[in-house]
Amino acid sequence: MKTMTFAEAIEDALASAMEKDDRIIILGEDVHLLRVNLFSRFGSDRVRSTPISESAFLGAAVTAAMAGCIPVVEIMLVDFIGVAADALVNHAAKLDTFSGGKWQAPLVVRASCGGGYGDGGQHEQTLWGWLAHIPGLSVVVPSNPRDAGGLMTSAIAENGPVVFLEHKLLADYWLDYLGSGGRKNVTYDIPDDGASGFVPDKWEPIPLGCADILREGKDLTIASVGVGVHRSMKAAGILEQRGIFSTVIDLRTVFPIDEECICRSVEQTSNLIVVDEDYKQFGLSGEIAAILLENEIQFKYKRVCTEGTIPYSREMEDRVLPSVDDIIKASDSMLNPNVA
Amino acid sequence: MDIWKLYEMMLKSRLFEESVTNFWNNGQISGEMHLGIGEEAIVAGIVDNLEDGDAMALDHRGTPPMVMRGIDLLSLMKEFLGAEEGLCGGKGGHMHLFSKEQLIASSGIIGSSGPAAAGFALSSQYRKNGKIAIAFFGEGTMNQGMMLESMNLTVAWNLPVIFVCKDNKMAITTVSSSVTGGNLVDRAIAFGMPGYEIDGSNVEAVWKIAEKAISDARKNKGPSYIHAHCFRPEGHFLGDPLIRISRHPYQEMSNIAGPLMKSTAKFKGSSIAKRAKSIKTVVSILGKTAKDQMLSPEDPIEMTRKKLKKEPQRLENVEKKVKSEIEWVEEECMKRNKIEEVQI
Repeated sequence: MKTMTFAEAIEDALASAMEKDDRIIILGEDVHLLRVNLFSRFGSDRVRSTPISESAFLGAAVTAAMAGCIPVVEIMLVDFIGVAADALVNHAAKLDTFSGGKWQAPLVVRASCGGGYGDGGQHEQTLWGWLAHIPGLSVVVPSNPRDAGGLMTSAIAENGPVVFLEHKLLADYWLDYLGSGGRKNVTYDIPDDGASGFVPDKWEPIPLGCADILREGKDLTIASVGVGVHRSMKAAGILEQRGIFSTVIDLRTVFPIDEECICRSVEQTSNLIVVDEDYKQFGLSGEIAAILLENEIQFKYKRVCTEGTIPYSREMEDRVLPSVDDIIKASDSMLNPNVA
Repeated sequence: MDIWKLYEMMLKSRLFEESVTNFWNNGQISGEMHLGIGEEAIVAGIVDNLEDGDAMALDHRGTPPMVMRGIDLLSLMKEFLGAEEGLCGGKGGHMHLFSKEQLIASSGIIGSSGPAAAGFALSSQYRKNGKIAIAFFGEGTMNQGMMLESMNLTVAWNLPVIFVCKDNKMAITTVSSSVTGGNLVDRAIAFGMPGYEIDGSNVEAVWKIAEKAISDARKNKGPSYIHAHCFRPEGHFLGDPLIRISRHPYQEMSNIAGPLMKSTAKFKGSSIAKRAKSIKTVVSILGKTAKDQMLSPEDPIEMTRKKLKKEPQRLENVEKKVKSEIEWVEEECMKRNKIEEVQI
């Protein structure tokens, strides 16, 4: 075991994969600087800076994947995927079905996501629910360095398109690039356990669709991904002091989703809070409720999600993004209505 | 053309953005901050040719056009500070500035000013009101599909749009020429519209071309493309890693150099020649940034100021007036912060 930052773990896993498999190439804006270590080691043939032409280079990555490459395509911020959505939604995701299962596009789309540093709702979305809605796309949202490296290892080995989302509060270089810009006088609510932590000596793939149970308790299940996992753990600690024992599930991937793990836990606790930094409507939080209903599990349910467009102002943004307080309130109103 | 007016517009924008820089450095403005310092002559030359009812589609670098179009400076600064009294209620921030009254829309998505200007122009054309629309963007945007699609659309529909490309030679931190094929003015002309290439530091040159392009558009002669070269001393945004390295090489490079050397020296990877080439690419970009910093080419404001020096008293009066206006904005913003501190 050794310690790495979240960003180092992804880069290290990617580098190990690249040294074993020369089909892997990296495409994206500014990668000669953003991935300077990989650029200097593997050269400009394999780490290729692109023009600001997302629809062209993501579209090209799809067919490059079909013809024998394994592209890791960087869309700086997941919000920018809108510009190139066609390549992913109508092409990469559909190929397997349209070819009668004969042709796949092994492709990783890597993007930063999430808010908490005051950049406004065109640069701070998560959009994982939106992407996971499309059949044929896998969506990965790691919450710590160990998972980030293990899931990247899996994403590269997948036979189809995988969207790999790294939260900016976890990936230090993104937060420096987009948030502080070298300033020492701005602060963020960074989950320490997510931004750096233990990683294995050798990267082993963590299968997609396999959730991680971070703590177990009999009263309440809290399910989340990304930074929300850390907010959930903090809330669970506070709730424990009030005599409420929670299970916290880190889903790790939005699609495939670990239905079995969620069902098993909620069957035991009968109470569920979904903490989802993505939008409340038509997303992960609703999907989880539907899965449980389809499995005929009786449960009480609350969700803590982002409601509405994320405003620019830090104060207003804090009110919109899921917080530890919001989770406690949700728990109070569900388990202890008199307090709420 | 009133050079005094143009100078005042540019100076106001410059001092306002210097003030923005201070607030950002103090940690009072969050997130990214893309300044238009260095682009003032381009913006002034265009904006001074606008009339009521003309529209502007702005990119993520929209402060100078907002200032020069006469948006209330205090509400603009308060927006950056995330205050509820800000222009957009503190919800938009500098990349998402809007003025319904002035028909100004901004976006942080590269290329979006193309379709946005086309739509404003479509509305003018449909309503036959003789109004035009401006699209501001950088040369990196000339590789974005939606911008090129908009150029074709405006030519095909004869829409009154002026495409204003501010070329500082860098697409974020990528050297634009390394990812761009052909000549951009030729590219625009190939769509079937007139294309002009000008020195974007020379406000009079910009103004003259803008007047021609805008009056053509008003006369139903369709879109034009203006390619203006400029220099942006602050890079892509405040805290641009390239600028940071060039200003504080030891401090910043020590963070990067360790992992870089470790990674380059790894046994498995590409050939030594290829690795050397990669290192050379990175070093040459850093070198270019450092050189640009030292060269400090023609500052549009200094260039204009030289021409006005023959009337020192008038110049002093103009500068005093602009400075006091910006100082007033700063003081008002500080007041707000003081009140908040007391409340806490």
